[in-house]
Amino acid sequence: MEWEAVIGLEIHVQLATQSKIFSGASIAFGSEPNTQACAIDLGLPGILPVLNESAVEMAVKFGLGVEAEIGMKSVFERKNYFYPDLPKGYQTTQNDLPIVGTGIIEVEPEEGKIRQIRIHHAHLEEDAGKSLHETYTDDHGRGMTGIDLNRAGTPLLEIVSEPDIRSAKEAIAYIKAIHSIVTYLGISDGNMAEGSMRCDANVSVRPKGQEEYGTRAEVKNINSFKFIEKAINHEIERQIELIEDGGRVKQETRLYDSEKNETRPMRSKEEANDYRYFPCPDLLPVELDEAYIEHIRSEMPELPKQKKQRFIDELGLSSYDAGVLSATRPMAEYFEQVKDRCNDAKLAANWVMGELAGQLNKEGLDIENSPVSAQQLGDLVARVMDNTINGKAAKQVFAALWAGEGATADDIIDAKGLKQVTDTGAIAAVVDEVLASNPQQVEQYQAAPEDKRGKMVGFFVGQVMKASKGTANPQMVNQLLKEKLG
Amino acid sequence: MALERSDVEKVAHLARLKIEDNDIPEYTRNLSSILELVNQMQSVDIEGTDPLAHPLDATQRLRHDEVTESNQREHFQQNAPATEAGLFLVPKVIE
Repeated sequence: MEWEAVIGLEIHVQLATQSKIFSGASIAFGSEPNTQACAIDLGLPGILPVLNESAVEMAVKFGLGVEAEIGMKSVFERKNYFYPDLPKGYQTTQNDLPIVGTGIIEVEPEEGKIRQIRIHHAHLEEDAGKSLHETYTDDHGRGMTGIDLNRAGTPLLEIVSEPDIRSAKEAIAYIKAIHSIVTYLGISDGNMAEGSMRCDANVSVRPKGQEEYGTRAEVKNINSFKFIEKAINHEIERQIELIEDGGRVKQETRLYDSEKNETRPMRSKEEANDYRYFPCPDLLPVELDEAYIEHIRSEMPELPKQKKQRFIDELGLSSYDAGVLSATRPMAEYFEQVKDRCNDAKLAANWVMGELAGQLNKEGLDIENSPVSAQQLGDLVARVMDNTINGKAAKQVFAALWAGEGATADDIIDAKGLKQVTDTGAIAAVVDEVLASNPQQVEQYQAAPEDKRGKMVGFFVGQVMKASKGTANPQMVNQLLKEKLG
Repeated sequence: MALERSDVEKVAHLARLKIEDNDIPEYTRNLSSILELVNQMQSVDIEGTDPLAHPLDATQRLRHDEVTESNQREHFQQNAPATEAGLFLVPKVIE
């Protein structure tokens, strides 16, 4: 039987505020435990939370970025459950009236295949603290869990998709699109390794063509692009196997274990998951007006979708290239700087997506950490365009810039003597030299039939380029060789 | 709506309340009568009335996004039964 997966994602995005959502404590990452947990975060008696205006603004920006309805009146509620890293006994979150309503995101999981993924809603909430299950013991030697409440109260935007996603690949494309939007908007650093973006996936399968959804399982704990795809694919396979063997999928929460590449059920507290939501009496409804929304709208930066379109329309890039180059804000900024510097969008695109991306990939670096700056690359591309160097020499200059052997492309071109030789006399002298020292090859060439010669001339081109240390103009070398070989 | 003994046990578990077995019948009766009151309210016609999120006729004020709190860990941890390496210690939570 052919199966179809149905996936919905809940993405928690940590907002890039200075202070917490309801208190004035810092949210800086990596501080000493409990040094950023104030009375409000600890849930001490007599506290009163006050909502952070930046968190509201960031949520609205996101809403506008995904063409969503903005909740002009949103309400915070208490979600009640007990866990030691939630000292109040409830999480302050939004339920019935979230700040961002239904929206839509367009993704392109493969070239030319556009999919619309609907967003059910997005709401503001506070994060919980962290439990450290290490080897702490009390005075009687009993095992204890350590609690760090620095993260408690950190503002989160939880973005809930409709079950519109049909494969792990689409899920990745969707998450990347969200990542791209929140980083373009500057509302989150999007750093997955530090937990700034966390993802839970609701996964079910159904026979292809069936309308009704299957029973879903929720997969938690998938926090990198690499693992999301694996975790979802694994869960899809598990469910299909289970059903084909005559079993049934249980509605449950499963944890993904990246070391074993498997999901397993969390200790079952499903029946206890009755959160008894009610409006938080400490917080009043949040009301926004049109003027506020319009003000934020007027300050919205160009988003990936618009940027991509502009790259296609104004720069003449292909849809695919435009998509790659606009996918992340650092990538787009880098590319635009290179382009502005060399004034040729297509050549800039080739270099950024080719030589640069390849080298970054090889060394596992992000474009933000590229050893070659956009200015340096832009100047290098400009030297290719004005024929100062040929393509081969350009690669050498790039490698030298990468290795830090010079500050600018021009310095390296001078130091290494890579300036392209376009002087016919000079090139002809090298060609003569090469022909003279390879009489056997010349003989073979001249004895060969016409249609084989094209390939054989490559040997001589290589020798000439080598002898000129890569500086000869390749077109001229070809031309001269053909003339001289007859 | 009459509650069963098992409903009371479940609610007590969710609220992490330890209740004595012989108190359960009384809780069952009392909670059932609260639900009856709710049922009575349910019969009121609320057509055209917006749900009330808060009894005050006011909206939330917002605070500027700035760090105003300093580290008071030592002060707060004076109340904690057990701490180590800056962490609050609680009975082991097994996941």
